[in-house]
Amino acid sequence: MKPFTYERATSPADAAAKAASIPGARFIAGGTNLLDLMKLQIETPAHLIDLNGLGLDKIEDTPDGGLRIGALVRNTDLAADMRVRRHYGVLSRALVAGASGQLRNVATTAGNLLQRTRCPYFYDPNQPCNKRQPGSGCSAIGGVSRQLGIVGTSEACIATHPSDMAVAMRVLDATVETVRPGGAFRAIPIADLHRLPGDTPHVETTLEQGELITAVTLPKPVGGVQLYHKVRDRASYAFALVSVAAIMQPGDTNGIAWGRVALGGVAPKPWRVEAAEAHMKQGAKAVTAGLLADARPTADNRFKIKLAERTLAAVLTEARG
Amino acid sequence: MKFDTPAATNPIDQLKVVGKATDRIDGPLKTTGTAPYAYERHDVVANQAYGFILGSAIAKGRISRMDVAAAKAAPGVIAVVTAENAGALGKGKWNTAALLGGPEIQHYHQAVALVVAETFEQARDAASLIKVDYQAEAGAYDLAAARSGATVAKGEPDSTVGDFNGAYAAAPVQLDATYTTPDQGHAMMEPHATIAAWNGDKLTLWTANQMINWGVKDVSQTLNMPEENIRLISPYIGGGFGGKLFVRSDALMAALGAKAAGRPVKVALTRPLMFNNTTHRPATIQRIRIGTTREGRITAIGHESWSGDLPGGKPETAVQQTRLLYAGANRLTAMRLAVLDLPEGNAMRAPGEAPGLMALEIAMDEMAEKLGMDPIQFRILNDTQEDPEKPGRPYSQRQLAECLRQGAERFGWAKRSPKPASVREGRWLVGVGVAAGFRNNLVTKSAARVRLDGQGMVTVETDMTDIGTGTYTIIAQTAAETMGVPLDRVAVRLGDSSFPVSCGSGGQWGANNSTAGVYAACMKLRQAVARKLGFNAAEPQFADGHVSSGGHTVPLAQAAKDGELVVEDLIEYGDLDKKYQQSTFAGHFVEVAVDGATGEIRLRRMLAVCAAGRILNPKSARSQVIGAMTMGAGAALMEELAVDKRRGFFVNHDLAGYEVPVHADIPHQEVVFLDEVDPISSPMKAKGVGELGICGVGAAVANAVYNATGVRVRDYPITLDKILDHLPEMT
Repeated sequence: MKPFTYERATSPADAAAKAASIPGARFIAGGTNLLDLMKLQIETPAHLIDLNGLGLDKIEDTPDGGLRIGALVRNTDLAADMRVRRHYGVLSRALVAGASGQLRNVATTAGNLLQRTRCPYFYDPNQPCNKRQPGSGCSAIGGVSRQLGIVGTSEACIATHPSDMAVAMRVLDATVETVRPGGAFRAIPIADLHRLPGDTPHVETTLEQGELITAVTLPKPVGGVQLYHKVRDRASYAFALVSVAAIMQPGDTNGIAWGRVALGGVAPKPWRVEAAEAHMKQGAKAVTAGLLADARPTADNRFKIKLAERTLAAVLTEARG
Repeated sequence: MKFDTPAATNPIDQLKVVGKATDRIDGPLKTTGTAPYAYERHDVVANQAYGFILGSAIAKGRISRMDVAAAKAAPGVIAVVTAENAGALGKGKWNTAALLGGPEIQHYHQAVALVVAETFEQARDAASLIKVDYQAEAGAYDLAAARSGATVAKGEPDSTVGDFNGAYAAAPVQLDATYTTPDQGHAMMEPHATIAAWNGDKLTLWTANQMINWGVKDVSQTLNMPEENIRLISPYIGGGFGGKLFVRSDALMAALGAKAAGRPVKVALTRPLMFNNTTHRPATIQRIRIGTTREGRITAIGHESWSGDLPGGKPETAVQQTRLLYAGANRLTAMRLAVLDLPEGNAMRAPGEAPGLMALEIAMDEMAEKLGMDPIQFRILNDTQEDPEKPGRPYSQRQLAECLRQGAERFGWAKRSPKPASVREGRWLVGVGVAAGFRNNLVTKSAARVRLDGQGMVTVETDMTDIGTGTYTIIAQTAAETMGVPLDRVAVRLGDSSFPVSCGSGGQWGANNSTAGVYAACMKLRQAVARKLGFNAAEPQFADGHVSSGGHTVPLAQAAKDGELVVEDLIEYGDLDKKYQQSTFAGHFVEVAVDGATGEIRLRRMLAVCAAGRILNPKSARSQVIGAMTMGAGAALMEELAVDKRRGFFVNHDLAGYEVPVHADIPHQEVVFLDEVDPISSPMKAKGVGELGICGVGAAVANAVYNATGVRVRDYPITLDKILDHLPEMT
C-alpha cells in the first residue's frame, strides 16, 4: 500500500472541491472495494477524503412520492427499510442477494454503484489490463472469461459491472444526484452514469473529476411484481453469472400487462434495453433476443445467453403467479 | 513398542475416556483468539521486522535483470533478498521447484525477492518498486494438449492382473468412459506464515507446518546447515489439507530475510500467492473401462490416469483405489505424467483417491445403469474381502457393504426413482446419488515423551501437529485412558522439533499413529511408575488417579514425589500392513435439487456411513468427516483453479474467484460411524477418518445430478453451463 494522507470532508461541496484540486485524491465511504484494491496496489490514491459523518446516510420521502437515498446509506439499512421493501421490492431483493452480511453492513449506496469490476485479470497487476493500465491490452480476451461480459463489451475490455443493487436501480429508473467541484448540483439518470468501455475502459462513469454522488432518488412507486433472480455457482456470496431484475404488471394477454427488465452479470453496466420490453407479452425468448441482440460472447461465456433467457422465463412464470 | 501382532485387550479398551465424544481441549484458546498461530507470535522474539514476497510475473523463463535500488531506498526498508544475494541454496527433498526463483523461473508467482521493512505496508510498497526484466519462454500449460507426450513416472509402473484386454473385449456388458477433474487449491484459512530468528548459527522458525521433522530436514537441505541447528515450532495451524506438508517460501524467505536484516523477520503469503506460489491438487484425465457379465460381475476393470507436473514432479495417483476397491479377475491400472509448467502439483486431502473416486464412482453408477441394476446392489455384488490383486491377502476389516446397506436404510434409498429426471418438486428437479468411499490406512512410526510430575499431572510432548483436526484432544484422551487419570490431568504439547519425532499430520495417518505412539510412551511410563512405587506385579491397575497392585492403592503422583518421571517411546510396526490390507470405507449418499430453469445445483442433504476402526473421539471425528464432505461437495460443484493456458497460471487466485462452499450450500449433513475396532491397525485399534470423508462424495453428487436431470457430466466441476442445454424446454 502506498502511503496516503487522509481527511474528513466537512461538507459534500467541500469534498468535491478537494477531490478536484488534490492530485490523486479519492473518496472513501465503506471502503469494502477500495481498501482491497489499495492492498493490491491497483488503486494507489495519494489522499483519501472520508465521506462518513456528512449526513449522507438518510432515506427520505421526496415531494413527488419517491424516495431519496443518501449516498452513504448502508446496503443493509437500505434493504431493510420498510418503504423500500414495500414499494421497491426489486431493490431490497437485489441488495440482499449481494455480498455477505458483513459487507452489506459497511458497503454504501454510492460505493456500490462505483465499485470496480471483478475481472480476475484486472485483479492481477502482472497481467495486461486496459482498465488498470490503459493501453496495455486486455488479457481476459482469449483467457479465462466464463464470468465476464457478453454485451456492451469492446475489443479493449470485456469486464462486467458486478453490482446487484445497480441492476435493480436501473429497472426502477433511479436518478443519481451529484455535487460538482464548483458546488453545482446535477441529476444523472442511472442509465447514463456508467459508460461502455469502447477504447477507454478505464473511464467507467460520466462523473467529472471530483464530482461526488450525494444521493440516489427513486421515482414514485410503479407497483407491479418486483423480482430479482440471481444465478450463481454457489448459493451465496458469489457474483452473478446472470441476474434478472424485473418489474412485471400481471395482466390479460399471456399474463403480463407490461414489464421492465434489466440484466446483471453480462455487461459493463446494468443492462437494459427499453425497446425489448415491448416484447414482454411474447415471452422470455423475444425479450432476451432484444436485450442481447448485440451480444458478442466468448466460448467460455456463451452459455449466458441461454441462461439469461431461461432465468427471465422463470421470472415471468413467477410474476404470473 | 513394536507392534507386529494384532492387538489383544489393552488399557485403551476400557473406553473410559477414549471413544467418548469430547470437546476440544484447545477449544477455549481458539474461541477466545488466544491460540498462538505463527504470524501472531509477537511475544516470542523481540524486534520483528516484516517481509513481503514478490512473486514472478511470468510462468517460465529467466530473469534477465533485476533492479532493487528503488526498493532498497524506499522508506523503512531494511533488506532485499534475491537469488543473487541469498547465497547457494539447496532444495528440499519434498520440493519440486526451488522456493526462491532466479535467474531461472519455473512457475508463476515463484518467489523472486523478499523485501524486509519496519512495517508490512512499507515492505509491500517497496516490493512493487522492484523492477524485474523477464525473458519469457514458451511453456506447457494444457494437460489435454500435453497428454500425448506423457510418460510412465518413476516408481509408478502399470499394474496388471490376468488379461485385462482379452477379458474386457469378451465382456458382454462394457463401459469405456473418460472423466476429468480440474486443478484444485487447498484454500485453507490460515496462510503459510513464518517468523524466523537467528541466534548465531542457530535458526528458529515459528511456522505453520504439518510435518515438523520433514520440515527440519528440508530446511537443513535448503540452507545447507545441520539439522541440530534448526528448530521448528508449530503448535497451532489454521488448516493445511496437505498444503502445509512441506517447507514453503514463507519459511525459507523469512530465514533468509532474518539473516540479511540481522533481526527476526515474519513473512506470510498473501492470498493470491497461496494459489500459484505453493502446491495444488493436479488436474487429471481418467479413462475407465469396466467389463461385466450380464449378471453384473466385474470381469475386467481398467483405470488409466493422466496428470501433469513440473519436471521432476509426481503424478496424481488417481488409480490407487481401483487396484483395491472391487473384485474382478482381470485388471489394469496405469498412470502417465506430462511435464507442465504450472505451479507444483502435490498432495491435497486424499491425494489419489479423492479425484480417482470422483471418476471411478461415476463409472460404477453408469455401469449399474447399463446392467439395469441398483447401484448399491452392483457394488455389493462386486465387494471383496481380499486384495483383488493379491488373492489370499485379506482386509483387516472391510465393512463397505454394511456402510452401503445402513446408509440406504437411513437415507430412504428405497424411495429413489431409478429413472432419471422423473422427480419434480415445483421448479426443482430432485435426485439422489450414492458412491463408495475408500481411503487406505497407513501405519508409520511415531514417538512421544511423557512426563509425570509430583502433582500427578501427565504431560505429553511430541512433534505431532494439530491442523484443526482435534489431535490435542485425542492425544490427551489416550494418555488419560492409559494412565488412569481424568482428561484435565493431562497436558499436551505439540508441534516442536525439540520433541520426539511423530508421524505428523497427513494422509489421515495422524490420529491412529500419533496416539499409538503416545500409548507406547504411556505404557513405558506405567512401568516406570510401578518400579518407582515398588510394585512387582506384572499388571498394576491405573485408575482414578491411583495405582493399585496386590491390595495396595497409592496416588499416581506419589511415583513422582522425588522428581518428575520422564520416559520416551515410539510405536513402530512390523509387517501387519503387508499381511493385511488396511483401509477405511464409507457409503456416501446425497440428495440434490437442480433448478429446472437455470441449472443451479443445490444440495439438500448428505449422509456418510463410515467404517474406520475405533473412533477415538466421535465429536472431532464427525467434524473431520463433515468438513471433508463439504470439501467433496466443493470439488463436485464449484472448485476449479482456472488455468490461463497462454500465460500459464491459475487466474482465480483469491477466495472471490476460487469458490468453496459457503454455509448456504451445505444445508444438512449426517455422519454415522459403524461400531468397529481393528486390532490389526495398532494398539489403538483405530484408523484415520480425516480423508475418508472426501473420498467418493463428489461422485455421489454427480450421480445425484444425473438422477435428477438425466444429464451425465463427466467433467468436474459440475456447473450449470454443463447441463443447461439438456434441461427441459421452458414454456
